[in-house]
Amino acid sequence: MRRLVVPGLLIVAAAALLALLGFGVAHQGSSSSIDAAVRKGDLPMAPSANMALPVLGAAGTEKLADLRGKVVVLNVFASWCDPCKAEAPILEQEQRRLAGKNATILGVTYLDNSSDSERFVRQQHISYPVVRDVSGNFVRSFGTTGVPETFVIDRQGRIAALRRFQLDNKWLSQTLPPILAQRS
Amino acid sequence: MRLRSTAAVLASAVVILTPATAAAAPAPKASLTDIENDVMCVSCHEPLAVAQSPQAYAERNYIRNLIAQGQTKAQIEQALVAQYGTDVLGKPPAHGFNLTVYILPPALVLLGIGTLVLLLPRWRRRSKAKAATRTAIPEPSIASADAHRLDEELRRYGG
Repeated sequence: MRRLVVPGLLIVAAAALLALLGFGVAHQGSSSSIDAAVRKGDLPMAPSANMALPVLGAAGTEKLADLRGKVVVLNVFASWCDPCKAEAPILEQEQRRLAGKNATILGVTYLDNSSDSERFVRQQHISYPVVRDVSGNFVRSFGTTGVPETFVIDRQGRIAALRRFQLDNKWLSQTLPPILAQRS
Repeated sequence: MRLRSTAAVLASAVVILTPATAAAAPAPKASLTDIENDVMCVSCHEPLAVAQSPQAYAERNYIRNLIAQGQTKAQIEQALVAQYGTDVLGKPPAHGFNLTVYILPPALVLLGIGTLVLLLPRWRRRSKAKAATRTAIPEPSIASADAHRLDEELRRYGG
């Protein structure tokens, strides 16, 4: 019996390590599950909708839940990211098209200094609202690990489409019309 | 004359103001190289000390400004977290699942030492017991005819 104590302890320790590893991997993000659900048409609810995020360059906070009933093009970006610079004029153009359609673009800065983000907004003439995700918890709940990423949230608050890299006009023009046409 | 006195007043004002301005700049309480080793470049996921991306230079400039304001290392790290989140820290904050980073390595070392402390005496006892029970290897025996022939051969070669 005593002979089994040490191997037993080692097995328990190894099993605990494996369980810890499994837990860590499982809690790394939900990107694959969100992507798979959207691909299947099984639209998942946008996570962290009630998380209040500080508005960039102004006092106050904004929640995704406050925009329920609108189509929201949620764009995660950072000032240091070149693809984000490339897609900013496209998004600004789209924001003007979305006016009057009960829809908006919502920028979310991630891993970025607020003064750099503000300069980016000024330089790119961005008119849509921009919030800051300082902790990264909001974007991580969407499975975001990098920038830029874009999520289209329908009027029911579900993720209807997503793009995990730079977007272009073609993607927006193909993706948005059917989502905008849906009633709340 | 008037011009000369104005110049003298200006010169004395410069002499008086220069040390005052120098004294107004707070003494640095942290060094960039020290902080660089403990924070990350958020865009390239490398320690800031080795990162060479534009974002790394922007972070360094931000840190330099805070150092120039006389902030301490802890204050600068707090300011960096307020801007970039905890991802900017080289070591994750010690709470939640992150605690494993701090607990697990020493726990594994202790487990290894404990295992050796338990097993080494046992292995030594076992090897000693084996040595004690080891019997002498008997010399190979040869038949008497062969022994006789061997003696003959040796005698012949020995002259």
